[in-house]
Amino acid sequence: MYDFGYHRPDTAADAASLLTKNGEAKVVAGGMTLIPTLKQRLAQPSDLVDLGGAADLKGIKIEGGGITIGAMTTHAEVARSGDVQKTILALAVLAGGIGDPQVRNRGTIGGSVANSDPGADYPAAVLGLGAKIRTNKREIAADNFFKGMFETALQDGEIITAIHFPKPEKAGYCKHPNPASRYAIVGVLVAKTASGVRVAVTGAGPCAFRSKELEVALGGSFSADAAKGAKIKSDGLNNDLHATAAYRAHLVSVMAARAVAAAG
Amino acid sequence: MLTVSMTVNGIAVSADVEARTLLVQFLREKLGLTGTHIGCDTSQCGACVVHLNGKSVKSCTTLAVQANGAAVTTIEGLAAADGTLHPMQEAFRDNHGLQCGFCTPGMVMSAIDLAQSHADLSEAEIREGLEGNMCRCTGYHNIVKAVKAGAQAMTAAMRR
Amino acid sequence: MADSGIGASVKRKEDFRFLTGRGTYIDDINRPGQTCAYILRSPHAHADIVKIDVAKAKVAPGVITVLTGADYDKGGVPCGWQIHSKDGSPMIEPPHFPLCKDKVRHVGDQVALIVAETYALAKDAAELIDVTYKEQKPIVSTGDADKPGVAQVWAAAKNNTCYDWHIGDKAAADAAFGKAAHVTKIDLVNQRLIPNAMEPRAAIGDFDRATGDYTLYTTSQNPHVIRLLMGAFVLQIPESKLRVVAPDVGGGFGSKIFHYSEEALVTWAAGKIQRPIKWTAERSESFMTDAHGRDHVSHAELALDKDGKFLGLRVSTKANMGAYLSTFAPCVPTYLYATLLAGVYTTPAIYAEVKAVFTHTVPVDAYRGAGRPEATYLLERLVEKAARETGIDRVELRRKNFIPTNAFPYQTPVALQYDSGDYFSTLDMALKASDWAGIETRRAEAKKHGKLRGIGISTYLEACGIAPSAVVGSLGARAGLYETGSIRVHPTGSVTVFTGTHSHGQGHETTFAQLVSDGLGIPIESIEVSHGDTNKIPFGMGTYGSRSLAVGGSAIVKAMDKIVKKATRIAAHLMEASVADVEFKNGTFTVAGTDKSKTFGEVALTAYVPHNYPITELEPGLEETAFYDPLNFTYPGGCHICEVEIDPDTGVTKVVNFTAVDDVGRVINPMIVEGQVHGGVTQGIGQALLEACAYDKDSGQLLTGSYMDYTMPRADDLPNFKVATHATMCTHNPLGSKGVGEVGAIGSPPAVINAVLDALAPLGVQDISMPATPLKVWQAIQAGSGRMAAE
Repeated sequence: MYDFGYHRPDTAADAASLLTKNGEAKVVAGGMTLIPTLKQRLAQPSDLVDLGGAADLKGIKIEGGGITIGAMTTHAEVARSGDVQKTILALAVLAGGIGDPQVRNRGTIGGSVANSDPGADYPAAVLGLGAKIRTNKREIAADNFFKGMFETALQDGEIITAIHFPKPEKAGYCKHPNPASRYAIVGVLVAKTASGVRVAVTGAGPCAFRSKELEVALGGSFSADAAKGAKIKSDGLNNDLHATAAYRAHLVSVMAARAVAAAG
Repeated sequence: MLTVSMTVNGIAVSADVEARTLLVQFLREKLGLTGTHIGCDTSQCGACVVHLNGKSVKSCTTLAVQANGAAVTTIEGLAAADGTLHPMQEAFRDNHGLQCGFCTPGMVMSAIDLAQSHADLSEAEIREGLEGNMCRCTGYHNIVKAVKAGAQAMTAAMRR
Repeated sequence: MADSGIGASVKRKEDFRFLTGRGTYIDDINRPGQTCAYILRSPHAHADIVKIDVAKAKVAPGVITVLTGADYDKGGVPCGWQIHSKDGSPMIEPPHFPLCKDKVRHVGDQVALIVAETYALAKDAAELIDVTYKEQKPIVSTGDADKPGVAQVWAAAKNNTCYDWHIGDKAAADAAFGKAAHVTKIDLVNQRLIPNAMEPRAAIGDFDRATGDYTLYTTSQNPHVIRLLMGAFVLQIPESKLRVVAPDVGGGFGSKIFHYSEEALVTWAAGKIQRPIKWTAERSESFMTDAHGRDHVSHAELALDKDGKFLGLRVSTKANMGAYLSTFAPCVPTYLYATLLAGVYTTPAIYAEVKAVFTHTVPVDAYRGAGRPEATYLLERLVEKAARETGIDRVELRRKNFIPTNAFPYQTPVALQYDSGDYFSTLDMALKASDWAGIETRRAEAKKHGKLRGIGISTYLEACGIAPSAVVGSLGARAGLYETGSIRVHPTGSVTVFTGTHSHGQGHETTFAQLVSDGLGIPIESIEVSHGDTNKIPFGMGTYGSRSLAVGGSAIVKAMDKIVKKATRIAAHLMEASVADVEFKNGTFTVAGTDKSKTFGEVALTAYVPHNYPITELEPGLEETAFYDPLNFTYPGGCHICEVEIDPDTGVTKVVNFTAVDDVGRVINPMIVEGQVHGGVTQGIGQALLEACAYDKDSGQLLTGSYMDYTMPRADDLPNFKVATHATMCTHNPLGSKGVGEVGAIGSPPAVINAVLDALAPLGVQDISMPATPLKVWQAIQAGSGRMAAE
C-alpha cells in the first residue's frame, strides 16, 4: 500500500468538502474492496476520507411505506433489521448473503452501490426494486445510476448518503456464487411492483442491468415456469474461467425462477 | 504519522503509525500480538479475524486508524489470566478442531461471534457461518463439531 | 497408561499454545536489528533479461541493499533425485540460481532482492527498479510441451524433455493385450493444484558476527534437509556453521519440503549486510512460487479376459516439471506413481512410460499424496469404465481382481512388494457404512426433487513410510531416507524426545509422547517432544510421504529399547539381581519371584547421581539415539465411497455422504488419525470438484493467482465424513503402523468423480474432467443431452 493522508469527518458535508479540497482523495466506506485494492497498489489516492465517523450516514428507517437505508449501514445491520425484513424481506436476504460474516460486519450498502462491482449483490436490489440513490447533491433514479464496470453516475465529490427502496408487492433474490470468490456469477432480483415487473441481473454483465426478456415473461405470468421459459441471449455477457456467457445466460433464467419462487 | 489509541484485550494502547498501517500490522508489529495471522491478501482466508467492538472483522482489511477509539479483542484476550480457556477454545481442543494451528485464532474468533449472534446453531448454519475462514488441515469436520459444542458451552456458561 | 498410551484419543499437547495465540510461526519471530526483504519477480512467463537498473532503488529511503543475478556468486538450488531415461542417459538437470541471470522462466521468477528497514520501504524501492525484458513466447501446456515448434525452456532439454522413462515388462503387457477379450481405454488429465498451506512461506536469515555462524529460520517440513542442501550445494557453509530452525509451521502438504531460493537468498544476503533479514510471502507470491502439485496427462489401457480378470495394463503419462527441477520433482511421476499402478489388483503384466517435460510454469513437486493420487485416479477411473463397458458390477469387478488376503507378501510387476493388506474387509465395511445397497431408493427420492444422485467407489493402495535408503538410492535418490530419534531421560525422570521428523499439524508432540508414555510407563505430562531445530536434533529427514510414525516413530521405539536395556542393567544393580531376572512393566522394574522393585524415576536419578552404580560396566547418564532405516515401504489401503447430488439446472454438485475405511496399520491416536483422514479427503474432494491451477496458454500468466479464482474448499462445500479403520499390521517395523497423512487425498478423488459420472450417466454423460465444477457439469449435461437427442 502507498501511504496517504487520512481524514475521518463527522458529517457527510464535511466529507464532501474534504473531497473537494483534495483532488486525488478517495472515499472509504467499509473498505472491503478499496483496502484490498490499495494493498495490491492498484490505486494511489493522496488522501482517504473515511465515512465511518459520519453519524448522519447510518441508520435504517421506514419512509413512505418503503425503506431508507443510510449509506454507511453495514450488510449485517440490513440483514438483521426487523424493519427491512418486514418491509422487503428479499433485501434482508440479499444483504445476509453478501460475502462472509466478517465482510457483512464492515461492508456497507453505500460502498457497494458506489463501487458497481460486476459481481456485487446490492446493485441488483437497487435496480430491481427501482430504488432512489440519494447523494449530498441530488437524488438519482436506479435506472440512471449504473453506467458500467465500476462506473456510476456519481460525480467527483459526490457521496451517497442513503438509498430509498420503495416497497414492492413481492420480491425475491437468488444468486449462483462464484465457487472461489463467492461473488455472484449471476444474481437475479425479481420484483412485482405497482408499475409492473422489474428484473435486475448482477454478475452476468459489466454491471447490473434489467432483463427485458424476463420482465416481459414475468409480466405475463409472475411464475417460476415463466422465468425458466424465458430465453436469455448470451451476447455481451461476461465470460471467464468460472462461467461462459452461455452458462451465465442459462443461469439468469434459472436464478430468476428461483427468485420468483422465493418471492412467494 | 498518526497517533492511534484503542483498547486491546481490555488494555488501553496507543502508538504512532503510518495511515497505511493495517489493524493486523498494528496488532502484530506494534503490540507484539502475533496470534492474529495473515494468510492472504484478498480478505478471504480469515486467519486475521479479530473482534472490533464485539463483531468479527478481518483485521487485514481494516486500517489501524479506522479502529481508533475502538475495543479490539484478539485470540490472546480470550483465556483467563490463570490459563483457563474460553469455552470455544476448550471445545476446539476437545474436538480436535485444529491441526497446524495457523487458521485457528481467526476460526475461534469467528466462531465466538457466530455463537453470540445465533441461538442454537445448526450444522448448516455453522458451515455457512464459517464461510469467511479457510482451513487446509481439518476438512472442517471437527471444527464444525467444536463450534457446536463451544456454542452450547457458551450458552450454558451464560445461564450460570 | 490406557488413557494416554497407544490406542487412546489423547487430547493434543500442542493445542494450548495454538488456541491462545502463542504459537511461534516464522513471521512471529523478530531478530534484533532485523531488516525486511521484498523480492522483485518476473511479470513474464518467458523473457530475456536485457538490463536491470537498480540505481534509483539503491538510494531509496530505508534501502540497505539491492541484489540481482549479476551479484549472485554462489551455487544453484539442487535437485535431490536423478532419474535415467529409457536409453540410460541421465535426466536433463538445468541450473537453478536463486536470482535469474539472463532469462526468466515463469511468472514469479526471482529477479531482484531488495532489503530495507521495513517491508513497505523495500516494496516501495522495488518499484524504482527498471528491468528491460525481451519477451518470448512461452509454453505452459503439459500435453504440447514436447511437440515440435513450441517454445523451448532449456537449450539442453530437446523438445522440453527432462527424461523419458519406463517401468515394467512391455513384451508381457503387449502379449496380455493380444489375448484380451476386452480392452478399455481412457485419456485423463490429473490437473495442476496449488498446495495453499494456510501459512505463507517465510524465512529469516541471521548472521552472528561474533562466531560467523548462520541461522535460517524457515517454514520447512525438514530443516536438516534444508541445512544439507543449502549448506553443501548452494552457499557452501559447513553444517557446523549453519543452524536451520523450523518452529511452528502452518501446514505443509508437501509444499514446504523443498529447498526454495528465498531461503538461500536471505541467508546469503544476511551474511553480506551482517544483519538479519526477514522475508514473508504474500499469498499472491505463494500462488506463483510454492511448488505446485500433480499436472499429468495420461493415456491408459486395461486388458481383461472374458470373465473380467485383468490381464494387462499399459500407461503412458506426460508429467509437467515446470521451469526448474524442484527437490523431489523427478521421483514423483516415476517411483511414487508408476510403481503404484498395480494398485490393489493382481494385474500380472504392467508397462508404463513417463515423459517429464519442462514448461514456463512454477516447478511441480510432491503435494499431499505425490504420485499415488495420480496412480489411483487413473486406475479407478479405468476400472470403473471397464465395469460399465463389460457390464460387470463395479464392485464385483474390483473384488474379482483384488490381491487375495492370503497372498502377502505380494510382489507386483512394477517393483514393489506389499507386506500386508486386506482389501476385502475395507471394501465390505465401506459398502455397509455407506449403505451402498440403498442407493436406488435415495436416487429415486432425489429425482422427485429434480436432483441427480450418484454413488462412486475407489479401492486404493499407496506406498508410504519412505523409505529404505538402499532401495531409493538405487532408484536415484541422492540421500538416505532413514529417521532419527533420541530420548533424553532427565535426572528426575522426565523425558525429552528428539525427533528428526517435523510436525506442522500432524500432532507429533502428542502421538510420540503417547509412544514413550506407553513404552516407559511414565505420565504423558512428563514427556516433551522436540523437533524442528538442527542444533537440538542429531539429524533428520523430516516429514513427508506419511513417514513420521512408521519411520520416525520406529526410531523412537528403537531408542526407547536402548533406554530400557540400559535402565534394566542399572535397576539390576540397585536390586542386586541378575539382569535376566529383571522385568520392566508399567514404569517399574521388578525382580521375578521377589518383592523388590525400583521405579523408572529412581533408576533415572541413579543414572545421573551414580553413587551406587555399576560404574565399571556402564557409563552414567540415560540418553540414547537411534537411526531407523525401514526395510520396505508401508502399504496403507482401503475403500472410499462418495455420494453426490447434482442440481442439473445449475450443475452444482454437492457431496452428501463420504465414507472412508482405511487400513493404516496400528493406530496410536484414533482422534488424530481421523483428523488426518478428514483433511486428506477434503483435499481430494477439492481436487475432484473445486481446485485447478490455470495458466493462460498464450501469455503464460497465472489465471488462478488468488482465492478470488482458485477455489479452496470451505466449510459449506463439505459434508460430515464417515471414517473408520481396519488394521492389518505392517510386518517390518516395530509399531505395525503404516501411515495416514495422505490416504485421504489418495483414495478420494476417483470416488467423487465416479459418483458424479454415476449421477450423470442417465443423461448420456460418459466423461468429465477434474475439477467437476458447476460450469463443467452443466456443459457435460448439455452435451450429453444433445448426444442422446441425436441418438
